[in-house]
Amino acid sequence: MSANQDGTNLLEVRGLTKIFGTLTACDHIDLDIAKGEIHALLGENGAGKSTLVKMLFGSLEPNAGEIFWNGQVVKISSPGVAKKLGIGMVFQHFSLFEALTAAENIALSLDDGSPISSIAAKARALSFSYGLPLDPESLVGDLSVGERQRIEIIRCLLQTPQLIILDEPTSVLTPQEADKLFETLERLRSEGKSILYISHRLEEVKRICDRATVLRHGKVVGHCNPREETASSLARMMVGNEVQAVVRAPVEGIATAQSLLEIRNLSRKPATPFSIPLKAISLNVRAGEVIGIAGVAGNGQGEFFESVSGEVLQQDVASVRIRGKDAGGLTITGRRLLGAAFVPEERLGHGAAPRMKLSENLLLSRHATDGKAFVGSGGMVKSGAIQAASQRIIEAMDVRKSAPDPEAAALSGGNLQKFIVGRELDRRPSVMVVNQPTWGVDAGAAAHIRQALIELSRSGSAVLVISQDLDELFEISDAIAVMHNGELSKPLPIAEATFEKVGLLMGGAEPGHAEHTLETA
Amino acid sequence: MDITVNILLTIATAATPLLIAAIGELLVERSGVLNLGVEGMMIMGAVGGFGASYLTGSPWIGLLAAIAMGAVFSLLFAVMTLSLATNQVATGLSLTLLGLGLSGMMGTSFVGQPGERLPNLDIPGLTSIPVVGRLLFGQDPIFYISIALTAAVMWFLFKTRTGLTLRSIGDSHTSAHALGIQVIRYRYLAVIFGGACAGLAGGHLSLVYTPQWVENMTAGRGWIALALVVFASWRPWRVLAGAYIFGAVWIGQLHAQAFGIPVPSQFLSSLPYLATVVVLVLISRNKRLTMMNTPASLGQPFVPDR
Repeated sequence: MSANQDGTNLLEVRGLTKIFGTLTACDHIDLDIAKGEIHALLGENGAGKSTLVKMLFGSLEPNAGEIFWNGQVVKISSPGVAKKLGIGMVFQHFSLFEALTAAENIALSLDDGSPISSIAAKARALSFSYGLPLDPESLVGDLSVGERQRIEIIRCLLQTPQLIILDEPTSVLTPQEADKLFETLERLRSEGKSILYISHRLEEVKRICDRATVLRHGKVVGHCNPREETASSLARMMVGNEVQAVVRAPVEGIATAQSLLEIRNLSRKPATPFSIPLKAISLNVRAGEVIGIAGVAGNGQGEFFESVSGEVLQQDVASVRIRGKDAGGLTITGRRLLGAAFVPEERLGHGAAPRMKLSENLLLSRHATDGKAFVGSGGMVKSGAIQAASQRIIEAMDVRKSAPDPEAAALSGGNLQKFIVGRELDRRPSVMVVNQPTWGVDAGAAAHIRQALIELSRSGSAVLVISQDLDELFEISDAIAVMHNGELSKPLPIAEATFEKVGLLMGGAEPGHAEHTLETA
Repeated sequence: MDITVNILLTIATAATPLLIAAIGELLVERSGVLNLGVEGMMIMGAVGGFGASYLTGSPWIGLLAAIAMGAVFSLLFAVMTLSLATNQVATGLSLTLLGLGLSGMMGTSFVGQPGERLPNLDIPGLTSIPVVGRLLFGQDPIFYISIALTAAVMWFLFKTRTGLTLRSIGDSHTSAHALGIQVIRYRYLAVIFGGACAGLAGGHLSLVYTPQWVENMTAGRGWIALALVVFASWRPWRVLAGAYIFGAVWIGQLHAQAFGIPVPSQFLSSLPYLATVVVLVLISRNKRLTMMNTPASLGQPFVPDR
């Protein structure tokens, strides 16, 4: 524990433990938060950060340990109790109701029974005083992720909390929106409020946090002053060992290489009232390059992936071309047979059938494309060949598992993602499209997956990566295009791309699509 | 003129049980619970209402018994689906089957017995006004309850904080739980309210519509009420419109059959269903509005993690 041992701690946690079945998510956690500080809680995915804050907010019940609030032992049995104490929370996966207005959403978390109209007025006033403009009458389903987060923050501030918990707040924001958030947080600190800031983004923790507590595998592994650390020393504390840096060799002669994936004027009407229409998207991905698509979540990336992968067919068959053939009218299998491979965002239920074994998942996705290898005469499954292939993938991607051939759902998110990516890479596809390749994957596994994608492209394939993680895109892409409100910008070569430029595009600052849609070839 | 008034009165009598059952189910579904047991709860209300009325001689006690019967029967569903998190569709279906069987057994001694009808409203001076008097002031008490109930549910859902909370639970029970809203408690109360309404609707059948006990006398009305809720996109006034359209076409086709119109009677019998679907689909064309009113967590079991 550092400087704050003089009784000014707003919150003290001693020996807090939470056990789920056989997994100890939080193992005797100690944590102190002083008044008026921004305290970072650092850790990999699965380190126990979210479990810890859920216990602080009363959503989960600890198995052991004590919580002191202003020096008094408290039992936080429900979010209502947490709110009464003065603990507010901004959730990572927003706890908003899409079919209700912003004001109604705010009203639901205030228990005072005041009429919606007065809440709307208060929210409006508060939002302007913090420079977070908000229209209380708007329907949440229509709002961008950044705007939704504003509602969560305003809702939290209206409860006048002493401690504000923010769970991965910037993972859904553009760099500019994040700057705005940091200003707000600094202002709250100057007002004497304490903030518990959860993140795995080291640069921003170094920038705004006064102290940090680092978790690994459910245990506290260190306390530090992030301003005195380097990003790599923080990463070492989080991961426990050095993270291998991703190497991206430069490519030459890409301008003349063949386009393996061509998207031409791809448009799509919104499927539901809350989804985004795609507007005349055009893009070429050539052999040997990785193109990254950046964008704030919910700007049409999901719709775009569905259209490219064949989950949704196109009326204009030439709007998606794979290896020079029109593929817009083909199903997923049809497009796979042309040499493409796809990794969707959602691992369980989309990328893999949760309750089926890894080998069965392998057969499910590849029986059509690799029929001869896996299915023998008379439709009999060649289990030996499947087991061998499954084993090959597990070794190539360093998938860690507890049983020889476990169910997909039994693997951790990172390991399952390695398996799914590996399953597609194993086919040596000439076109690979991946949506959020390392979402929720720990740093070591993420580096592995990124390196594998780069190597695939350097062996002559076209790789398209959709990601919300800008660091990742800058690490692996040869060019970055930005999706905003269903439109795709012209790809910026990586040498010209900066965080600022990409951030502005993510915020929709530059229209400039006209010339892009005219581009042919 | 008298014939018109009589037809309008029979339409109201045909629509009332549908309206009450559907309004109750609407509230249940707005909280995110799909109770397919409406038919079963209705028939239990019908047998309970008739039985209590027959044994005590008071149709008013029968009315209360019908409500209580529906509520108690729905509690069974609530315990199964909310506390034990069973599949709502399967549990609802079994509730209907159980209700149909159980009511038949309970009602064996009531078959063929004369029942007492709930008296119509009779306000001296008002009921005798020509034409509108009987329509406005001379109907059975449950008719007035059904209209008041529709207005009350509309007000509750869209004007009160508790109603907002209920709708939020229907939209996302996980978000509601994260805010500290007691999801299970709200859903219990909603399901019991829905059961009470279904019981009352059943009571209307055995105490007003045909004051006697006949096995299986709900004749699918619970299913129609369920369909009305969906086709009305979970909006109370549309449920009212749907119930009355169904009632009107139902009565209309009965008269047409009586006149001997040369159209197959099976086709005429299907008209009320067709007309209701067509009209409600037409008024629900606004997809966006429908999405906004559809409870997104409908039918999903909820187990809070602690």
